[in-house]
Amino acid sequence: MGEDIGFWAVAGLLAAVGGLAVAAAMLDSVMGAAAMGHARPVAAMLDPVRETARLLVQQRSVVPASDSVLRLIGTGGIVLAAALAALVVPVGMRPVADLDIGVVWFNAMEVLVWAALWLIGWGSNAAFGLVGGYRIIAQGLAYELPHMFALITAALGAGSLRVGDVVAAQSGLWFVVWMPVAFAVYLLSALAMAFWGPLGQPVDEDLAGGAVSELAAVDRLVFLAGRYALLAVTAAFAVPLFLGGGAGPWLPGWLWMLLKTLAVLGVLVWARWRLPTMRMDRFMEAAWVVLIPAILLQALVVGIVVVARG
Amino acid sequence: MGDAAFWILAVGAVVTGIGVFQMDSMARATFLLLASFLCGAGELLLLGLGYLGMVIVLMMTMEMVVMAVFMVMYMMNPAGLMPMTMVHNQRPATVIAVVTFAGLVAGILLTPWPERKGARPMDSTMQVGEAIMGPQMLLMIVIGVAILATMIASVVLATDRGRYDRYGDRLERRRPDDPIPGGRR
Repeated sequence: MGEDIGFWAVAGLLAAVGGLAVAAAMLDSVMGAAAMGHARPVAAMLDPVRETARLLVQQRSVVPASDSVLRLIGTGGIVLAAALAALVVPVGMRPVADLDIGVVWFNAMEVLVWAALWLIGWGSNAAFGLVGGYRIIAQGLAYELPHMFALITAALGAGSLRVGDVVAAQSGLWFVVWMPVAFAVYLLSALAMAFWGPLGQPVDEDLAGGAVSELAAVDRLVFLAGRYALLAVTAAFAVPLFLGGGAGPWLPGWLWMLLKTLAVLGVLVWARWRLPTMRMDRFMEAAWVVLIPAILLQALVVGIVVVARG
Repeated sequence: MGDAAFWILAVGAVVTGIGVFQMDSMARATFLLLASFLCGAGELLLLGLGYLGMVIVLMMTMEMVVMAVFMVMYMMNPAGLMPMTMVHNQRPATVIAVVTFAGLVAGILLTPWPERKGARPMDSTMQVGEAIMGPQMLLMIVIGVAILATMIASVVLATDRGRYDRYGDRLERRRPDDPIPGGRR
């Protein structure tokens, strides 16, 4: 802690996160159109822009007796948590704030998102909103253990919780090569942490939008911005953890970071449109009987390698 | 800068802590309590204890989110938005709280705190790890086993369906018979 963080570095980072969030929304829109069989990619790419304009002029809606303070804290909290999580994501080789506990910081910000989403659901004073809010808590708790172990396995391989050190430790061999299980578990649990795609039940269509069913106008716009930013940051964090950060031939570090982030983002968005939504109660036993033992074994293997290397 | 942050967080922790008992909504009370804990975590970060501070943020957010669910369930009507009160047995409770607070503050102010010996460690996380895994290892092992035993015991007591309900009296079923299927079908 205690490093000096430059104003312009933070401003640049926020701009980058914003750009990635817009890219994620456009990618989502294009892939969605393709999955639905609409062959008009350019029009689909501009759909997020149209949706933004529509939400900006839409009338705000407030349910009687709703707790608007908590709802506002929740809506803003998702954007804030995504931005704070981005602080430890390296642009190139080093993050803007290379905290000595960067990996724990990232996980803590993800957990704040559960609280924020529950607050939106609760503050809306609507049945579907509340059910969606409870879903994110169940889902978050269910996936937190495998997620935490996947993060810790990468930190264990580097011998440090500092994200810069994790990147530096992959100069010889990317972690994805010798901890493939941890990478797979990270991607799967990242879907749950960003309540996205197959694990998007907290805001799913079956609840008419779940936790955010009552959000309209600017409130929904802020939520969507935070949601796509969260997805982009979650995808970006896989790169320093498992894909060597900004390492790569010819191109500069930041460009490699961007390309790899877009590749992971593409996989996550693809998963949304090509995989069915999973009911979490059906998946629960598989999570406990398969996922957690698998990631524990992976951590054991990595631990043995680390000790054997000295 | 550090002093200003300390006082903002300290006053914030106390004010949000008092706010917990002024609320008529369990959700607001729970998240004010979380805000109070986060202020406390901020103080630890100011002390340079990055790992402990962030673990408090992580654990307390999870715990308060779970607590919100249970407290809403126990203390509010099912619709949730009916007013309720956070205080019961008000006068003795106030006296106990004030006396405890005064005692703790007196303890802080009257204790002859030792001066720092040696330099600040480069990596406080490593130092915490060495303290836990070194001299306190036996204690941590005992605590770890005790917590695991408590968890298993509470799950065994809480569950109404064991493996004999799922797999039959002689554990003869190949697939479990569950009212809500849990994955293995």
